[in-house]
Order: sequence, then C-alpha cells, then structure tokens
Amino acid sequence: MSLQGWRRADGRKGIRNVIAVVYLVECAHHVARRIVDRADDPQVHLIGFPGCYPNDYALAMMKALTTHPNVGGVVLLSLGCEGFNREALSSHVAASGRPVETVVIQQAGGTRAAIAAGLDAVARVRALADSEAIRVPVALSDLVIGTICGGSDGFSGITANPAVGRAFDSLVDAGAACIFEETGEMIGCEGHMATRAASPEVAAAIEASIAQAEDYYRAMGYGSFAPGNAEGGLSSQEEKSAGAYAKSGARPIQGVILPAEQPPGPGLYLLDVVPPGAPKFGFPNIVDNAEIGELMACGAHITLFTTGRGSVVGSAIAPVIKVCANPETAARMADDMDVDASRILEGRATLDKVGD
Amino acid sequence: MSSALIRLSPTDNVAVCCRSVAAGESLTIEGLELVVQRDVALGHKLALVPLKLGDVVLKYGVPIGSMTAPAAAGDWVHMHNMKSDYMPAHLRDATGDRA
Repeated sequence: MSLQGWRRADGRKGIRNVIAVVYLVECAHHVARRIVDRADDPQVHLIGFPGCYPNDYALAMMKALTTHPNVGGVVLLSLGCEGFNREALSSHVAASGRPVETVVIQQAGGTRAAIAAGLDAVARVRALADSEAIRVPVALSDLVIGTICGGSDGFSGITANPAVGRAFDSLVDAGAACIFEETGEMIGCEGHMATRAASPEVAAAIEASIAQAEDYYRAMGYGSFAPGNAEGGLSSQEEKSAGAYAKSGARPIQGVILPAEQPPGPGLYLLDVVPPGAPKFGFPNIVDNAEIGELMACGAHITLFTTGRGSVVGSAIAPVIKVCANPETAARMADDMDVDASRILEGRATLDKVGD
Repeated sequence: MSSALIRLSPTDNVAVCCRSVAAGESLTIEGLELVVQRDVALGHKLALVPLKLGDVVLKYGVPIGSMTAPAAAGDWVHMHNMKSDYMPAHLRDATGDRA
C-alpha cells in the first residue's frame, strides 16, 4: 500500500491534515458552523461538545479528537461563560505540536465579529499546518481501524459483518490495531469472546464489560435493539449480538479499552462504550454517532460501518465507510453505500472477496 | 447460494429468507421440504421444524431466544412467538416482548 500521510510529533501518522473547528458549548455551535461553511475548504471540519457543565468525558474526548493523527491544526470556539475548560484543551493541543487558536465570542464582539475572527484564525492555522507538515508513507501497520454496525437487519450478521470480520483478520495480520465495540451489542457472546482473550486478565475484563452493559440496559428497561431491527427480521438482543459479533473476526482479543484511550499496541481490541455505574441522562449517550466519535478518539483513522436498513452517518476528521448488508438497501440508497456486501447473499461475491 | 432460504449453522432450527416468500410456497432446503405458512419478508426467519412453547431458537448455532408460542415448520418465527432470554426489546408501539 503506497499511501502518503502526515507524521505527528507523538509518532502517529495521519491520513488527512484536517483543521478542526471546535465549539465548546451549544451556544457557540452556530458561529463555528458558519466559520466552517464560509471557509469552504473540504479539509476544515466541525466538531464540538454541546453540554455546559464540568464533564471529564467531554474533555477527554475533545483532547483525543483535537490531537487525532488526522488533525493538523485546531480553532476553538468558546461563548465565554460555558463550563468547558478551554485553557486545558488549548494547552493540550499546543503541547502536541499543533497550531491552535481560541476565539471567545463574548470577547470578540458577538456573532459577526467572532465569525470574522474565526475565519482569520482558520487561515493562519491552515497555513501553519501546511507549512509544518511532514509527509511520510503510511503502512497498514500505522493504522487504527474501527468498526460499528447501525440499522442492523437479518442480513447484517450474514453478509456485511462477517465480511468486515475477514477484513479485520487481514488488517490485524498486517500489524494494524483494530477496534470493535458496543458491548451492549455483544450481550450473549461474552463466553465465546472470553475464549479469544489473549490472557486470563483480558478474559475477565471482557466478561466484566459485558456484565456492565447488561446491567446498564436492564436498568434502562430495554436492550440496544431498535424497532427497525425487528422490521428487518431480528427478534432478540442476542440474535442481534450474534450477528454484530461477527465484525470482530477471529483473531485473539488483546484488551478492553475505554473511549479516548489509544490501543497500546497492534491487534484486536474491544471498546467498552458503556459508562460505569448507574445509567444517567446526559453524556455519554450511547448511539452510533457518539460511538463513531469514541472510536475516532481511540485513534481510528477509518471506521467500517455495516448496515442493513441503511445508515447515513458520516464523520468529520476520519472517514466512515459504509458496508451494506441488504440487497434492497444497497439498491435504494446506492449513493450512501460504499461497499455492497449483499453480493455475498446473491452469490456474486464471497465473504473473503468483500473482506479484501 | 441463490436459494430462498439459508441455514447458517447445521444445528439451527430456523432459516433466514434471502428473498420475500409467500404463503403456500413450497421450498426445499438441505433435503427438507417446507410449505411457507404465511408471507414472510426477506431477512426474517422461518421455522425448519415444528417448535413448541419454551423451545430454544438456534441461529448461527447459538441460542437467540425462546418460543413463547408454538410454530409449525414453515411458519414465521419473530417477536410474536419468541422472546429474548436476556432482556425485552422495544417496538414503536412500546409493547415490547411478551413476558
């Protein structure tokens, strides 16, 4: 593979050189979005956190996302009075060797002035990110790849998920780090997963993470099972799980990591997305988009998203590749689907071929 | 693999419909003759053998829930006659699994 990327000071390599414009509270969202719109640069992306209260999770996520290997520079958008610790985030980005500027809307003079200041900041950060860029070849072993499923149906576990599993096996064999997730969608698979653990400690961590997910969903009163799953032919949480689990392939599981934690080495990891303790409203909130953000915060350069019913979730910073399980969806939503795994069902391709 | 049904594991007592099937259709899967009992959409499951109350439903060779009502061979197996052994599912009308 001959892919040119960008080397970062921490040794990781990016496959993009994105400028992230980051709103730190919902009140700054509009200004940040206008800056990104008006910058009119496909490599200037919008990310942010809408809450307004001290939140360790949000700070850890934003630190990880603003120093993601695909990010070359950062502009922070603060209203001014919000709870987010903008100084801590700015220092973290600066310490990573990336250019960073902060626009505080209340100090800049309001919406119009902050948009103008933000556009100037983006231009300066963009120029620095380009001039300081160190281009390097990127190998598969430099990559972190995530996988998630959404809008699953009766075909997801037959076509797209096992095809991604084959791809994961090849990527792990090539030295990449691969992350699969949604412990709530692995309920029922914990026994088999534990047999794939690289050590007894990892087996115990896997079983503990699934038990925590089961407690969480029991307290919520339902599993990670949406009405569309049932319309697509799935009848129970464990049926959905058995199909979802196929995304992980067959290689040993090296460890369980938390959102915004980097995989400590190559190989396959389980991301535990369920927060500890009793379920609470607020963040984190377990949905596909949040989980993609969490995979990216764990360093994922690319996320393989399998879907049967058809999801249209995209992503800033790191691309999301749609792998479609269902032949009717692949035809109906062709513009959104990148890989058609339903060919397997119709005998037009093998699992291994789609996995490649 | 262009047949109407796919059995994912040899121990499975249900098969997945690769296309929508109609009531009265005769299907053959791995030497087994089945008459479809009602219209079933693609991606959904058909019973390969008669299933009785409490039977464990096997797909991928693993349990995916238990029968809450009997089903004839060729009948649709879904949330009206099976439920999770772990936790209820929610539908848009919020009725969920039957207990």
